[in-house]
Amino acid sequence: MSDTFSYDAIVIGGGHNGLTNAAYLAKAGKKVLVLEQRHLVGGAAITEELRPGFQFTTFSYALSLLRPEIIQELDLVRYGFMPLLMRSHFAPMENGDYFLLGPDTGLNRQEIARHSKADVDGMERFEHDTARVRQFLRPLFDSIPPNLFSDDPADAEKMAWLLKHLGTGDKKVIHDTVRLLTGSIADFCDDYLESDIIKATICSAACVGIKLGPMSPGSGMNWLYLSMGEHDGLGGAWSFHKGGNGGFTQVLARAATAYGAEIRLNSHVDHLITDKGEVKGVALQDGTEFRAPIVVSSLDPRRTFLEIADPRELPADLVETIQRFRFQGVSSKVNFALDGLPEYPALSGRTDQYLGFINMAPTVEYMERAYDAAKYGWYSERPYMDACIQSLMDPDMAPPGKHVMSCYVMYTPYELKDSTWQAERENMADRVQATIQSFFPNFNDLVLQREIVTPDIIEAKTGLSEGNIYAGEFFPHQMYFFRPAPGYSDYRTPIRGYYQCGSGTHPGGCVIGAPGRLASFEVLRDGR
Amino acid sequence: MMRTTPFHPRLAEFSQSQMWGNWSGYLSAVRYDLSSKYEYFGVRNAAGFFDTSPLHKYWIRGRDAELLCSFVFARDVRTLKPGRAQYTIWCDDAGFVMEDGVLFRFSADEFMLTAAEPNFGFLKKLSSRYDVEIVDATEDYASLALQGPRSRDILEVLTPDISGLRYFGFTETKIANTPVIISRTGFSGDLGYEVMMPAADALRVLDEILEAGHPHGIRPYGDEALGMTRIEAGLPLIGVEFNSSRYAWTAEDRFTPDELGLGWLLKGIEDDSRPFIGRDAILRERTDGSSRWRTVGITVAWSDFYELFDSRGHLAVPDEIPVAWESMLYGANDERIGYATSFMYSPVLQRHIGIARVKPMYAEPGTDIYLEQTVNHEYINVRATVTTLPFYNPERKTA
Repeated sequence: MSDTFSYDAIVIGGGHNGLTNAAYLAKAGKKVLVLEQRHLVGGAAITEELRPGFQFTTFSYALSLLRPEIIQELDLVRYGFMPLLMRSHFAPMENGDYFLLGPDTGLNRQEIARHSKADVDGMERFEHDTARVRQFLRPLFDSIPPNLFSDDPADAEKMAWLLKHLGTGDKKVIHDTVRLLTGSIADFCDDYLESDIIKATICSAACVGIKLGPMSPGSGMNWLYLSMGEHDGLGGAWSFHKGGNGGFTQVLARAATAYGAEIRLNSHVDHLITDKGEVKGVALQDGTEFRAPIVVSSLDPRRTFLEIADPRELPADLVETIQRFRFQGVSSKVNFALDGLPEYPALSGRTDQYLGFINMAPTVEYMERAYDAAKYGWYSERPYMDACIQSLMDPDMAPPGKHVMSCYVMYTPYELKDSTWQAERENMADRVQATIQSFFPNFNDLVLQREIVTPDIIEAKTGLSEGNIYAGEFFPHQMYFFRPAPGYSDYRTPIRGYYQCGSGTHPGGCVIGAPGRLASFEVLRDGR
Repeated sequence: MMRTTPFHPRLAEFSQSQMWGNWSGYLSAVRYDLSSKYEYFGVRNAAGFFDTSPLHKYWIRGRDAELLCSFVFARDVRTLKPGRAQYTIWCDDAGFVMEDGVLFRFSADEFMLTAAEPNFGFLKKLSSRYDVEIVDATEDYASLALQGPRSRDILEVLTPDISGLRYFGFTETKIANTPVIISRTGFSGDLGYEVMMPAADALRVLDEILEAGHPHGIRPYGDEALGMTRIEAGLPLIGVEFNSSRYAWTAEDRFTPDELGLGWLLKGIEDDSRPFIGRDAILRERTDGSSRWRTVGITVAWSDFYELFDSRGHLAVPDEIPVAWESMLYGANDERIGYATSFMYSPVLQRHIGIARVKPMYAEPGTDIYLEQTVNHEYINVRATVTTLPFYNPERKTA
């Protein structure tokens, strides 16, 4: 015997895109239910107190790509939105030197000159050229891709707009765009810069979340994607959110609830209920049923099409495309509770270098070698890591004088050759800690506790297939028109009333909200 | 040679930017950090301290102290209890605002006024027929403002006496064995305190505060961050929103309390028992409805600001540092309706905000108006909306 409840719309998954979508639908007057499988909302953007007073950003740990439209349209400030712009970018080097960028462009010139005089203006050309590419692509990023394969006049109109936009682009900007979209970030950097640490610093931003090295074609596109963010109009800038990324999803949950959405926790959706190709509702694993003419899945494409929906109700070519959709997660986290701040010998007594990302990727080759291991099913001897000590900017993250350090670890493949993460987890974290220790000699003494999150754990806890943080790999053939599948980039599915709004749809992953927002427009346009 | 405040040796150590401004002949930090935005976040998220030592401080003591204060200051001082402070203004006979300050009442016959500009001569002249003594204590005291959500936690470590201190209350207590005056006041619109101490002991007290504040992320902030927080708090600044009517050359540079949005200070002025300077003119203004201006908040929608630049091929880069000039305001038919006196991008509100003077008919919250900006070397108007002040008002400020 199962309960039946009725809504205008059901959103599957209380991650940031699900909550964003629900907030927009509720704001438009729909009676919305969000179903979240876990005991808390946030999906991969959560903050957990694993030790009294220590707030861990278990998975995602920073904000950049969140669309400013969402902050404004959902009035998130009213619900507690509070980004803390990062102040610095710090890259320790293996010879004990470092590269440290801060908020003063004049001083940054001096720091770049310490490594290469030619790179002072080289960097400025790089920044200007890439800013122009971002400006050129932004309208594509923030709008719904036309369906290349539809005969709907609206799609033809969007296609005409797209061609016109491409036609108005400056020759150099278009060429730079293609160079970034198709080439490697290492090659692109070589065109502007000569210092290895400076190139490595740029390349490191390309090597987050994808199973590609900085020398692989395709890494340029990932760099471009991750630089599409902004804060307060500063292109490519990153920030922390007050209370960590979980603090941000709590803001979204408050907004969604204020607009009238209902959030139901501990509600694991098992399958869609459909009738004659039309969605009727969902059933939970415990048998509870909810009815609605609109169901929006914020889960990744594999779960949306192959698990929640019954693939037998879908066209075979779509099922085949989704089956071969690549996930291949490579991301891990090792989060630390620290008794104090790490000491960097060359900056003894200083801590201002920790007010942002701490990038342990001293050379392009270091990163490429770290990637090599992943190609063959193993994790790096010396991993590439992106760490940050959020408690230094946000005192609410740790008890006074103590700190939390989020450490993102790249190139830990979901599938290990002849082993399991169960067996390798501690070994991997030991390598991470040993590598950090090699840069910060007092680090081991500071560690009070560590939390290890490998791709299998990301998958198990957040539902992201193979632990891919973007809900699907960033390949050109899995982006824009083709995300997640040709003909389905407009958030609809072949099942009437069933929509997608997760990071596996356009534009893609990161705490960005764009899929949730753009999908809500299509849902509302259909007027179901 | 510029003078330095008693805190300066420590402040100079903090200063990465080495950018100092001039406040009454004292070096006063523009910012300590390389970017004032981080100082601003320090105040909004943890605790920041601002050196207010150059503030002028005057003792007003004697049998007639209350009588003098109630005559000089537009806000009724008779209801101010010992241990309480009040923000106040003083006007000229024509009802125009001269200056503003904070008045502390220590006892029935002892007050202290703090003000940004010198007023010793003014007070002395007015006091000649009263049984009062005016003492300039400006150099006797160093003072700092400790503002932000962690300010109470920090001070409580040093002196439990401040735990119950209410908004605009003050107490005489000790830090580092030094007598200090701590008031729950400030210019940030946030939870915050101001600490006054003998100038000779200033560094000792500051060091205690810094030590207690370190685990809470305390940091100094300069003039730019102060400007950001006070605009969000909707607080007028002398020299920006207004100047003393005493030194104005034209009527356009004089403003009444109602025009400055300070009419709320004048509670009870209908009561004839207190004939303070400017009262008759203010009452006349109210009877005649002759106010020329209303002070309002304005906001620019993010999308409008973005579009303003994007549509002209530019990057929209908002700047959180308050602009140093007035920006003209227009109505729907391009008619001049007023001007923004302060304008900035607010990181906490994620949009541009400003304090503006508009003709009364445009003062209704929600009114669409147009703000002049320069884009591509052209004046272009962007839509703005009239709002109430303050923009930012967290519960902790008064809780």
